[in-house]
Amino acid sequence: MGLVLLVVIWLITILGSYFIIAKTWWLPVGASAAAAGIDHHFTVSYILMGAVFIAAQLGLGWFVWKYRDKGSASKEPAHYSHGNTTLEAVWTVLTIILFVGLNLASHSIWASERLADAKPGAVQVEVTGMQFAWYFRYTGPDGKFGSTKPELEDASLGGAGALGLDSTDLASKDDIVSGVMVVPVNREIEVILRSHDVIHSFFVPNMRFKQDAVPGLAIHMHFTPIQTGDFELACAELCGLGHYKMHGIVKVVSQEEFDKWLADREAEKQ
Amino acid sequence: MATHEHAVHAHAAPQGFIRKYIFSLDHKVIGLQYYFLALAAVFTGMFLSLLMRIHLVWPNATIPFFGDIKPEQYLSLLTMHGTIMVFFVLTTAPQGGFGNYFLPIQIGAPDMAFPVLNMLSFWTTFLGFIVLLAAFFVTGGAPLHGWTGYAPLSALQSAGPGEGLGADLWITSIAIFCIGALMGALNFITTTLDMRAKGMSLMRMPLTVWAWFITAILGLLAFGVLLSAGILLLMDRNLGTSFFVPLGTVNGILTGHKGGSPLLWQHLFWFFGHPEVYIAILPAMGLCSQLLSVFSRKPIFGYKAMVYAIMAIGFLGFMVWGHHMFMSGMSPYTAFSFSVLTMGIGVPSAIKTFNWLGTLWRGRIRFASPMLFAIGFVSLFVVGGISGPFLAQPVLDIYLHETFFVIAHFHLIMGVASIFGIFAATYYWFPKMFGRMMNETLGRMHFFLTFIGAYCIFMPMHFTGMGGLLRRYSQYTEVAWMHNMAGVNKFISYAAFVTIASQFIFLFNLFWSMFKGEKATSDNPWEATTLEWTTASPPPHDNFGGVTPVVHNGPYEYSVPGAPRDFVMQSDPPIESKH
Repeated sequence: MGLVLLVVIWLITILGSYFIIAKTWWLPVGASAAAAGIDHHFTVSYILMGAVFIAAQLGLGWFVWKYRDKGSASKEPAHYSHGNTTLEAVWTVLTIILFVGLNLASHSIWASERLADAKPGAVQVEVTGMQFAWYFRYTGPDGKFGSTKPELEDASLGGAGALGLDSTDLASKDDIVSGVMVVPVNREIEVILRSHDVIHSFFVPNMRFKQDAVPGLAIHMHFTPIQTGDFELACAELCGLGHYKMHGIVKVVSQEEFDKWLADREAEKQ
Repeated sequence: MATHEHAVHAHAAPQGFIRKYIFSLDHKVIGLQYYFLALAAVFTGMFLSLLMRIHLVWPNATIPFFGDIKPEQYLSLLTMHGTIMVFFVLTTAPQGGFGNYFLPIQIGAPDMAFPVLNMLSFWTTFLGFIVLLAAFFVTGGAPLHGWTGYAPLSALQSAGPGEGLGADLWITSIAIFCIGALMGALNFITTTLDMRAKGMSLMRMPLTVWAWFITAILGLLAFGVLLSAGILLLMDRNLGTSFFVPLGTVNGILTGHKGGSPLLWQHLFWFFGHPEVYIAILPAMGLCSQLLSVFSRKPIFGYKAMVYAIMAIGFLGFMVWGHHMFMSGMSPYTAFSFSVLTMGIGVPSAIKTFNWLGTLWRGRIRFASPMLFAIGFVSLFVVGGISGPFLAQPVLDIYLHETFFVIAHFHLIMGVASIFGIFAATYYWFPKMFGRMMNETLGRMHFFLTFIGAYCIFMPMHFTGMGGLLRRYSQYTEVAWMHNMAGVNKFISYAAFVTIASQFIFLFNLFWSMFKGEKATSDNPWEATTLEWTTASPPPHDNFGGVTPVVHNGPYEYSVPGAPRDFVMQSDPPIESKH
């Protein structure tokens, strides 16, 4: 029985480790400035935690086989010991160093992603979630978002109507509302996250970006795409029966294409 | 020991079926009532997960007697699966079930401190379960807001099907459960502090008793908060208050609320929700410590360290709830402190793991079914403990939050590991509860199928989580990166079908052995040391047949050099101990 347990536990350990090392299923291509740092910290964490995982499981399998009751074949009784204080102290200190150290090592990434504000000159995009769609709003040439009012919201109108844009506000005249998020490459994007109804979450795996959109709050976040292309986004917080289809596209384009896209949208409004 | 307490519960053995088996005051009967309630609940919850796994792989399949599963019904299934499993299985069986039955016997008491309260707490819990199940049968069906019930989704009737009467019943059920759990917690704490037999000092208590005791303290502090939160949510839904709902619209129509905070619900919920994880797992940790010692024929390695680790886990467990909220819009500075404290709770958990390995080291291990599940528990606990530090780091949680990595993590450590504790406890204490042994061959089959099956289900979920697969999606047909993982999802479902099927081996073994199982050869078939093994199987109404046991030894005196047998019971004459 000890041998069967050893084989089963070791096989599980080897298979589990194999799929991680082989990266059979892994993070998608990183397309933001932060991705490299985050991915590196994933790797560091996998190496350290993986070592503990493998050591503990191999040890467990080994012990249950090695110290099985061999019946009358062995006269030696079990070792009578209540423990070892020195050992307890050693592994307590080692674990503290490992866990707290790992945490501190990743703090600089967290600080640059979440503690620092977007730099001046970042492209501002207001991202609004509602059951079950995303809308993206740009300030237009005046650099200001116009005001919105909940009582004006009408989802059936789509676009500006769905957001409840107040047309009497001068700042709202040139606001652009899109169903696709178009952003320029290599520019910092300041996202302002809002929700009308329930909590949604804006998740773009390639950008290593996720943040809840909470009704009543306007949450400011930022990321910098470094690769052009279409990247899928999806809602990552249960928001109702259509949650599974609340997805969309982040289209990262060159600065010129971005400027042209904005200008075309302005022209359409006239 | 106070002298009045004998008067309190010196109730005579009841006559008549109803007082004996239904409205019983006997902690052993109440323990079994909790256990069978949890058994009914776990098979219900498992059936719901079966429907979910079928739907995820074949979204258009028509299920016999059930029909098509619509997206909102899938969400109802996952809500009810989570609620049933967390409250009525993981909180009910280890504490209400085995704690009730064995805590008094292990400390040498004739019953719980408050037998009537004990009966009330069970029937309250039972009522909660019925109210919860009723949600399936009302107009709109069961709620779709998940077991975490995040507001405003859970607070607005217009937010989706199931958010009408179904959601009210869901909240009411949880509130009722909280009341039952609070009564139980008071009883456990009082019993442990006041009813210990002579010589049963705190540092001679079995680690199971320590675990039940600390769990009860956690329950006392956590369930009160959830109860309050539930009442506030009911008021938001039905009385027009706005604790959790800010100004907003659903489908363009003003909700009529303003000024509330959705994050307040999350803070209150997780202030309960995180200690709840330890409420579910601590009894299993205590039991696992016990079994590793019994079946290795060795004293537990580092008894004091184990006690302090349970306390540390309980204490830190109340300071880490914010790690569920890194992506919620909570201050990112707060995230940092929650993160450090969360990593800190890994330390006592690691200490426990080292001590379990230390207990096996140089033992003489006997592989009975309870021991197999205890060894399986250690393995599962390690995996769950290793994935925790990924999620505890906000930087990695940006990506992992709400993915299947989280599902894998908490199912392995809070779900499967705790359930392994329940299985181990069942196989271990079955001869004491029924005077018969469970079938060992069936027990081994059950262990290996469940152990390998659980890994086949949950190990790949770490991988799909790394691939970005999101939880709570009723189907993966819409988003390209998720659609690409159909193959591995299918594998997980097949593994789930086999694992679910093998639970019927356990069910058969349980009921068959109750009536036809081999008679236990003695009152102490495992040759264990704690007090429950000194009395008859099953124990008489007052547990020790009019005798009050006196304790002379620690709970884990195995293979003591010079002793006539390889175990010295707690009530045996004192041994020369050189601790």
